Amino acid sequence: MAQNQVDKILAQDYKLGFTVYVESDTAPPGLNESVLRFISLKKNEPQWMTDIRIIALHKWEKMKESHWAHTHYKPIDYQSISYFSAPKKAPNSLDDVDEKVLDAYAKLGIPLEEQKMLQGIAIDAIFDSVSVKTTYSQALQEKGIIFCSISEAMREHPQLVQEYLFSVVPMTDNYFAALNSAVFTDGTFVYIPKGVRCPMELSTYFRINAKNTGQFERTLIIADEGSYVSYNEGCSAPQRDENQLHAAVVELIVKKNAEIKYSTIQNWYPGDEEGKGGIYNFVTKRGLCEGENSKISWTQVETDSSITWKYPSCILKGDNSVGEFYSVAVTSKAQQADTGTKMLHLGKNTRSTIISEGISAMKGQNSYRGWVKVASNASGARNFSQCDSLLIGSGCGAHTFPYLESHNAQAQIEHEATTSKINDEQLFYLRQHGISEENAVSMIVHGFCKEVFAQLPMEFAVEAKELLNLTLEGSVG
Amino acid sequence: MMNIKNIHAKIGDKVILKGLNLELEKGKIHVIMGPNGSGKSTLSKAIVGHFDVEVTEGEILYKGKNILETSPEERALNGIFLSFQNPVEIPGVNNTYFLRTALNEKEKHEGKKETNAAEFLKLMRQHVEQLGMKPDMISRALNDGFSGGEKKRNEILQMEILQPEIIILDEIDSGLDIDALKTVSEGINRMKNTERTLLVITHYSRILDYIHPDYIHVLQDGQIIKTGGPELVKTLEAEGYQAINKDS
Ligand SMILES: Nc1ncnc2c1ncn2[C@@H]1O[C@H](COP(=O)(O)OP(=O)(O)OP(=O)(O)O)[C@@H](O)[C@H]1O
Ligand SMILES: [Mg+2]
Repeated sequence: MAQNQVDKILAQDYKLGFTVYVESDTAPPGLNESVLRFISLKKNEPQWMTDIRIIALHKWEKMKESHWAHTHYKPIDYQSISYFSAPKKAPNSLDDVDEKVLDAYAKLGIPLEEQKMLQGIAIDAIFDSVSVKTTYSQALQEKGIIFCSISEAMREHPQLVQEYLFSVVPMTDNYFAALNSAVFTDGTFVYIPKGVRCPMELSTYFRINAKNTGQFERTLIIADEGSYVSYNEGCSAPQRDENQLHAAVVELIVKKNAEIKYSTIQNWYPGDEEGKGGIYNFVTKRGLCEGENSKISWTQVETDSSITWKYPSCILKGDNSVGEFYSVAVTSKAQQADTGTKMLHLGKNTRSTIISEGISAMKGQNSYRGWVKVASNASGARNFSQCDSLLIGSGCGAHTFPYLESHNAQAQIEHEATTSKINDEQLFYLRQHGISEENAVSMIVHGFCKEVFAQLPMEFAVEAKELLNLTLEGSVG
Repeated sequence: MMNIKNIHAKIGDKVILKGLNLELEKGKIHVIMGPNGSGKSTLSKAIVGHFDVEVTEGEILYKGKNILETSPEERALNGIFLSFQNPVEIPGVNNTYFLRTALNEKEKHEGKKETNAAEFLKLMRQHVEQLGMKPDMISRALNDGFSGGEKKRNEILQMEILQPEIIILDEIDSGLDIDALKTVSEGINRMKNTERTLLVITHYSRILDYIHPDYIHVLQDGQIIKTGGPELVKTLEAEGYQAINKDS
């Protein structure tokens, strides 16, 4: 009946699962000091960075992987992963970028060439471990904005990197953050000077291409007083039988009256129905609203990881600072997502909003985990959380774990949760008006995600919709 | 236009239609009346291919073809429209967006140019006003939180915009206030032409005063047990279904 067809539609193939054959420099599998030195050398890093890596490695070795999330997976053999892979030709300008890499981005629908950049989006593309191309840096430089790979930032702006790296996510914050601190290979660095409104969207695309590699990028964004930036990241990976590890760290620092809007569209390869293959996505994302009236807004659309473990968080330290979290997480096939956010209210009159929409289909398991903590002197703090789950079919699940902790009696915390099912009567109503079953499913799902999509910049909202269609409907020929 | 031949159908294990025959003529208004639970809604669901109903025997010929094996969307695209007795609510799906998609699908199917968003909005506004609906029906979610009467008007709105060829209205007059009954009837009358067939399922003669049906059919215990002209309603009102049962 109807359900079978929905399942068939959901089971369609991953469209971005191609591999590009590029000659690459790859570190042998394994994790030890000499691998870290190899990475540092390849990336032409200053000595202080090599030293940090080695310290992080030794701390990580003493830590234990935590398993409190609502996910299940086989132990990861960290010695079998290669921690560095880069296209052999080191690119300096677009002309130097390996054609195959450009091809790969073209296939992803990401326009790298300058002439295609009419939309006014500056892009940093990270292919395996190396930033292959940062566009528009010239135009941005004129405003004093720094938008470059983190490796470049280490060389060109060491004082900024040294001041802020690990300032929001400490080296040993958690197991995966510590691992990342030792082995991170690239990522994006953004600095917006005082009073500057970044005139365009900044974007990074991450692509895991090489086999048996992990991806460990590190993103650091600093918005100085009174500045504003909207930053977007997109991710994808080829289709492979083995699982690949993605352990990223993102740190945001927002000064007085400044704002960062951070959007993520994630479309890793999800693995197959049995949970074979796919990306393990263990990510630490945290922002510090340091100054008064500062604001961080996280928006994420997560369609495809084998396992997602991710809680973009806000530390609301400045008085009147604002944290927002908007999330759409889709799990189908055998995907497991454990995602949510943490809002830590430290300053007075701090406000946070959490809107989480979880969609589960087939055998997908979707867990929302949200922490809201209000410190004793955060008087006037307010939080509103809304968490909705949409179930498609009967084999999937949705779980909600809200943790509320208030040490201030005046704080207002509201939590709403709903669970709904796409029911056959609704689908039938749409079909009986001439709308095909797959369009009917997509209509209902999009309706469900509307509030979150409205937060995305226009181009990304379009992309997010298409992604959802791909994940849920099989528009692939 | 449509020929329903010897339909046997069940819902779950329960046999509901028991060899039902009905011929719907082009350009005519047919009315079905019958006791609660006799199978009226089941018949309309069988015609549109609802998943609850399993047709075990018989055929439904439409434009000369048996439609029983075709999908609900295909039946809709070929001009069959049903207004449910209880239209379902679909939160999150915008009423206008839904209806425009439905119209565009139909236009695509017929090889016509698709009505664009601006044109459609104009069309939608006209009809909303004509049917005396609140202007916010354009921006609200499909049937979400609509009152009973608002849902029925919304069904009429869909019918007028989609311009189907066979229109089945299952208790469109239930729960309507006096003004609404009139507006809905006017909508039905606007649809009437020589190419179209309407099948109106009702319990009340009031709506019939407005729409002037050609045929009255009585459905009882899964069969059409009597067919007559408009005068049959009078007999039914006076003597009830019991009387019909006796003399047939
Ligand atoms: N999903 C279902 N499961 C079990 N029985 C059902 C189901 N749907 C309908 N029925 C039964 O089928 C019979 C016919 O129902 P149907 O809705 O066709 O009647 P109706 O003639 O439209 O009645 P009414 O005038 O009350 O609308 C009823 O006895 C009803 O209880
Ligand atoms: Mg009925």
